[in-house]
Amino acid sequence: MQLALTEEETAFREEMRTFFTTKIPQELRDTIASGRHVGKEGIVTAQRIMNEAGYAVPNWPVEWGGQDWTPMQRHIWHEEMQLASVPPPLAFNASMIGPVIAHFGSEEMKAKFLPATANLDIWWCQGFSEPNAGSDLASLTTKAVRDGDDWVINGQKTWTTLGQHADWIFCLCRTDPEVKKQAGISMILIPMDTEGVTLRPIELIDGGFEVNEVFFEDVRVPGENLVGEENQGWTMAKFLLGNERVGVAPVAQTKRRLATLKQVAADRGLLDDVLLSAKIVELENELLALELTALRVVAHSADGKPHPASSVLKLKGTELQQAVTELFVDVAGPLALASGADKDSDVPDWARVTAPDYLNYRKASIYGGSNEIQRQIIAGTILGL
Amino acid sequence: MDFSLDDEQTALRDAVRGLLKGFDNEQRRAATSEDPGFSQEQWGRLAEMGLLGLPYSEDDGGMGAGPVELAVVAEELGRVNAPEPYVDTVVLAGGLVAALGTAEQKSEVLGAISSGEKVVAAALLEPGSRWDLAGEGVVEKDGRLTGVKEPVVAGGRADLLVVSATTDGGPALFLVTPGEGVETSSYATFDGGRAARVTLDGAPATRLGDGSVDTLAALERVVAAAKITYCHEALGLMESALRLTTDYLTTRKQFGMTLNRFQALTFRAADMYTSLELSRSIVTWATMVLADHGSTPQQVSDAARRAKLQVSKAGRHVGQEAIQLHGGIGMTAEYAVGHMTSRLTAIDHLLGDGREQTKHLLATLTDHEVVEPVG
Repeated sequence: MQLALTEEETAFREEMRTFFTTKIPQELRDTIASGRHVGKEGIVTAQRIMNEAGYAVPNWPVEWGGQDWTPMQRHIWHEEMQLASVPPPLAFNASMIGPVIAHFGSEEMKAKFLPATANLDIWWCQGFSEPNAGSDLASLTTKAVRDGDDWVINGQKTWTTLGQHADWIFCLCRTDPEVKKQAGISMILIPMDTEGVTLRPIELIDGGFEVNEVFFEDVRVPGENLVGEENQGWTMAKFLLGNERVGVAPVAQTKRRLATLKQVAADRGLLDDVLLSAKIVELENELLALELTALRVVAHSADGKPHPASSVLKLKGTELQQAVTELFVDVAGPLALASGADKDSDVPDWARVTAPDYLNYRKASIYGGSNEIQRQIIAGTILGL
Repeated sequence: MDFSLDDEQTALRDAVRGLLKGFDNEQRRAATSEDPGFSQEQWGRLAEMGLLGLPYSEDDGGMGAGPVELAVVAEELGRVNAPEPYVDTVVLAGGLVAALGTAEQKSEVLGAISSGEKVVAAALLEPGSRWDLAGEGVVEKDGRLTGVKEPVVAGGRADLLVVSATTDGGPALFLVTPGEGVETSSYATFDGGRAARVTLDGAPATRLGDGSVDTLAALERVVAAAKITYCHEALGLMESALRLTTDYLTTRKQFGMTLNRFQALTFRAADMYTSLELSRSIVTWATMVLADHGSTPQQVSDAARRAKLQVSKAGRHVGQEAIQLHGGIGMTAEYAVGHMTSRLTAIDHLLGDGREQTKHLLATLTDHEVVEPVG
């Protein structure tokens, strides 16, 4: 056992810290730190700066812009990025379709998409969930049928996050209805401006628009838009969700939010309230336990297999993320009501975002495999129940 | 950062596991049914393997091992819920002698602990002191102690007591041999162990050390080490309680099917696993902080408090759910799982429960912006 980081790791952490805090515009980082959204432009700006330095897609193969980093280096990169309140690389590009194309795609497909995906010249969105295929994703029914060399797609996707900004969608489609449901799915890439693609925004409980429904009506794309082989889509989906889980415990981001919460509570003299400060102590401790669990997982994932404890990360990570947003509303108290106030308001910015943020983050225990699915995985895969 | 055991530590774990193999609830009940509340034979086997002298220097008859090795042993003892007062004697009482004692005291006392010749108990608590261990209620005068210590774990069996007391010069620790001026009345504790009321009435006492080491600082560090080692015992207990529970869920049938078909139950088992793994992470980290020579006393103390806080919550969660998911059988003395919950409850309340740790951590809340595991 060894507590300290190695000298190389310490130097690497310093390098990352310096990069994120000096190269990414302060304005963007301030916006994120205050719990606001930076919008499409902000995300694109940050990702391009990172990509130029080689830090946008470190988990990709080196020949496509990735880094030959150890799991610990990747962890440090991710933590420092969050600690500096940097808008992370767009997950649909960097963690989802990029690695899938790099792993399963043809050389032509890689050359066509990967550089543009890394640089966010293409904004991807995810076409997985459907109205009747949520946690039971494999029962999806959006159909792709061969017509000559083309694919013709009909059906509907939903919960398509930031689809309003997207240039392309990567879509799981049913290509063989006759076989076991997991065996008849393919991954197809579709430009969002193709005729027959319609996007309808879904307003969420915080008043925001970040998810959409996407309808496909006789949408025709060339055969080359199939990723890898036909009916291999479920393998790709599992591969992708495995990658997604690595970044799914937003430890440093939650730490940063809790630090801000502690500061505003201190500024308002609220830390004298023992019930509140004790809650902060408990959250700090649980976050420490979570971070150390993430480090354990990192330290033992060198052979490429996920550590059994990794399913704990999503479950507990999102619970703590939600707990901090909940406590923020408590700290704001009645000021939380001023969510719609404008610049003339005396209510500080941090307090105005608390309630929408709290409501918005109810999503965290639902997406990426709901926490009930995570419990199912723990019970079934780890405990053998 | 590396959370894994090295080859020697793994070999130690396997050896201890081998030694305790077959120790079951029936043997535990037999051992705890009569004084001193544990198996003298098992104690002797721990001594033979060198485990009772594990943390002491070789000059003092020990093995010169560190916190990680202690953690390994405590976890294995917890796994079978062994009733031997290992942490109490080896880490706490012996640890105080190692930290404060003169060369002569160390050689004599630690040698006797290591060989299994003597059981040494730490008499720190007093009926009115709650978590304060400094010994306000026992007063030293002319080399004699007067006052009451209770509850003293293993106090009835102890051949030697390490007693905290107040002197004209502040708090100090003393070695007291049961006999003249010492009256001990032992009783069973709810976790199967033994504790005692120790009444000191002008008991002859030898001051531990020559006064060159700060008593309270040494006490704080040794208590931190003991807390962390108790936490490892708790990890072993929780792991076994969870395994017994999942075994039960896959074999017990109701409504014509095994209980693992009921999601209401399997989800709760999943949450137990989450509690266990989060505890394992923070407890292992605390051990690394303790073992790291660069750690400050404050860092060690805080790490122990953080581990103990997590284990307090997890121990309650896992212990309570282990009984509930078993149903009635979990309530019986014949079955192991309830005894594990009893022991987890005792560990929770030894050296400060979760609430007490929170209270201390509250005082440091504004010292840091965020809690960083690595400096």
